[in-house]
Amino acid sequence: MSLDPATLLAILAMAAATYLTRVAGLVFARYIPATGRVRAALDALPTAVLVAVIAPAASAGPAEIVATALTVLAATRLPVLGVVAVGVGSVVVMRALVE
Amino acid sequence: MGKLRRMLVDASHPMTHETPPSSPVEDLRAGFIQILPLTIACVPFGLILGANAAAKGLSVIEVTLMSALVFAGSAQFVAIDLWQDPAPWAALGLTVLLVNLRHVLMGASLAGKLDRFGTLGRSIAVFFMADEIWAVAERRAIERGLTPAFYLGAAAPLYLNWLVTTTIGAAVGALVADPRALGFDFAFTAVFIGLVAGFWKGRSSLPVVVASAAAAIAVRHAVPGGWFVVAGALAGIGVAALRAGDAETGGGKAVLRAEADRSSTP
Repeated sequence: MSLDPATLLAILAMAAATYLTRVAGLVFARYIPATGRVRAALDALPTAVLVAVIAPAASAGPAEIVATALTVLAATRLPVLGVVAVGVGSVVVMRALVE
Repeated sequence: MGKLRRMLVDASHPMTHETPPSSPVEDLRAGFIQILPLTIACVPFGLILGANAAAKGLSVIEVTLMSALVFAGSAQFVAIDLWQDPAPWAALGLTVLLVNLRHVLMGASLAGKLDRFGTLGRSIAVFFMADEIWAVAERRAIERGLTPAFYLGAAAPLYLNWLVTTTIGAAVGALVADPRALGFDFAFTAVFIGLVAGFWKGRSSLPVVVASAAAAIAVRHAVPGGWFVVAGALAGIGVAALRAGDAETGGGKAVLRAEADRSSTP
């Protein structure tokens, strides 16, 4: 059990950054336009960010690419637990096959 | 996922609170029930994050503290991926800021639905605004109105589960010889694919996904750090903005429209 000062500082910076993004919406809600290009861009933001976060891992190799395709297919018809089961199961099988 | 999609579409309509108010205990229970499947889905994700963090040299108490104070799965995941010793706090803080920028939009959407919370309550509620909690809170706001009891019922299980699973992952991570062989690392990707499905708005979403993925992958290979998230996000929203000029968006799908309308008529 140890708490490194540099690690503690990093954790506090991460915590501050996260809270800042979460509380900022309460402050800025009134300034967000209701129509137009800015509106369309903001509407697309959740999808764009979520995809950006996972894209490198989802395309890391042949096994991951196939597993991603199967997981996307699962996401069109299954609840999230089923999606995770398909994702984890398919990546295990695909890695066993190609690696 | 269909429900979540409907929720995002319906968010353009003024909220109606016609349903008779339910008791705090009922709301607490409803929140718990709605977050339960998402909580279970996060178990492997928490374990692998804890194990990855331990592999990078973080102690168990450091992992617990990070989960308790940051409570942002994807951001923690990316940060641990970039972790070095000693921890580059500025780079990690900036990376987390970039990965979490979407919360500004999510918080703006939720802001108009927290009318039953006090100022302090709002400030506390947004601390727990992880993607999963935000999603069930948004849905509840449209169906019955969002109460602090419901929010607590939804936030507490996911938060405690996150503390426990990341801590266990850090403590026993070394015992799992190869987490990759169990596919645990891919659980994170799968959860996010499920969340993207919830935001899906039909074919208009496809160019956003393609642009975001292509930019993120290219920048991930070329530039160290969390910039690939920014590049992908900018590419995706850039495409959305360009396309909005071709065909009027109609605004009906806007998540924030109800709030924007409210604030324009003080």
